[in-house]
Amino acid sequence: MLELRGVTAGYGQFTALWDVGLRVAAGETVAIVGPNGAGKTTVMRVISGVLRPRAGGLIFDGESLAGRPAHEIVARGIAHVPEGRRIFPDLTVAENLRMGAFLPPARRAFGQSLERVHALFPILAERRRQRAGSLSGGEQQMLAIGRALMSRPKLILLDEPSLGLAPVMVLRLFDLIRRIRREGYTILIVEQNVRQVLRLADRAYLLEAGRLKMEGRSDELSEQEFVRKAYLGL
Amino acid sequence: MMDPIFLAEAALNGVLLAGVLALLALGLNLIFGVLDIVWIAYVDLVAVCMYGVYFLVTLYGWPLWAAGLAAVGLGGLLGIAVHLLIISPILGSPPVNQLLATGGLLFFLQSFMTLLWTTDHRSLRLNLPILQAGGMFIPFTRLLAFGVAVLAVLGLYLFLTRTYMGTAIRAVSQDREAMRLMGADPQRVYVVTSAVGGAMAGVAAALLIIQYPVHPYFGAAFGPLTFMICVLGGLGNMVGAFVASFILSEIISFGGVLLSTEMGYVLAFVLFIALMFARPGGILARRA
Repeated sequence: MLELRGVTAGYGQFTALWDVGLRVAAGETVAIVGPNGAGKTTVMRVISGVLRPRAGGLIFDGESLAGRPAHEIVARGIAHVPEGRRIFPDLTVAENLRMGAFLPPARRAFGQSLERVHALFPILAERRRQRAGSLSGGEQQMLAIGRALMSRPKLILLDEPSLGLAPVMVLRLFDLIRRIRREGYTILIVEQNVRQVLRLADRAYLLEAGRLKMEGRSDELSEQEFVRKAYLGL
Repeated sequence: MMDPIFLAEAALNGVLLAGVLALLALGLNLIFGVLDIVWIAYVDLVAVCMYGVYFLVTLYGWPLWAAGLAAVGLGGLLGIAVHLLIISPILGSPPVNQLLATGGLLFFLQSFMTLLWTTDHRSLRLNLPILQAGGMFIPFTRLLAFGVAVLAVLGLYLFLTRTYMGTAIRAVSQDREAMRLMGADPQRVYVVTSAVGGAMAGVAAALLIIQYPVHPYFGAAFGPLTFMICVLGGLGNMVGAFVASFILSEIISFGGVLLSTEMGYVLAFVLFIALMFARPGGILARRA
């Protein structure tokens, strides 16, 4: 479904990714793990078009998307839940979800999508008139994911969804991501929480200092080794 | 002791003045909130639209309402032109350059208007009645201007809260990049914002030309007042701008009756400076 080939990208003089290639098949959940500053978020930003890669290809559903602007990539069916959630704090919960369905095809299916998101996250229905900035961290993360689902994506990019959440909330969040996965969405997830994410994902990539170091099926990879590499870079 | 009727009349005049000022401040604020740029030449665009109404009515014999609608359209087009020709090419450059660019536009517009239409004061000289109620005299033009201004503000409110594009405009002002991830082309949002801001200038122009004569330096009279209202309300804060326009116009109106017209403006500016020391983020600034 998604394929990255030889992607090199960075900011100004700095190169964050070197020759990164990865693929995600339809229906799969794939994780990218690695220490801080390894370039995980940069991979996500390249895929969603926020950052233009310097070199390399990006193919989604057989179509080359490299260098396309972000708003065109959403229209192709990729929804990006960015690091730090990035909800619109001064809009209500309902308005945030409405913005998720900004593109005309998503607008037409608004009612149906909203029902689905509310079924998945009942708390968002309860708080629909509340300012999004007044929600707790966990609720804001649910809103960010719900907002992404409103665009009716084929592929969801989750960037550090558990960041800054209380341990109990982290467990709940992973349960919710499992439910989203069961609904048939394809997911690419970046996480610091290696143990949890390996239990969730089908396959995983280890990214280190901007280069892919390991790749494999989650159940085959030794968790110990992955955790060690991801955290300590040994 | 002054006749309470005069005070009541001053209060009412303040409210009536506030309507049009609110319109100007909201248009300017809308653009600032989304683009982070203050259009220094905003009220000069209003002056251009005022000339538009003036010539359509006096030269071509259009009815006032039709000329007013044309001014709204002209304002919208001018807004788009300003964005595409001046703002868009320098969107990434330092704020001071952007300020200088719209400041340059101000001088260009003032000079161009002088060149085309000289410095004559041109007035529509409408013969509309002055209403009398309970001993107060209220010019019908001011009442009309206030009514239309309130409708325009209401329309803007509904646009910003009830439509996808309007909500997107508010969303962009909170997080530009996140709105790109929602599939909104930022350039499109900017153009729509500039068009709406320009259209508000057009509405204000139609309401000002029935009360004041237009001349190339009209912007110098209302421009500073408009910026003051925006800053007093907190730049980008729509509710704040609305409240601030009422506060300032009441002070100007009361000052004018109790002291003199000039002292009314002096009072308003003094209070503005004092409030800026007390609440630098604007009267309705949210505490960080």
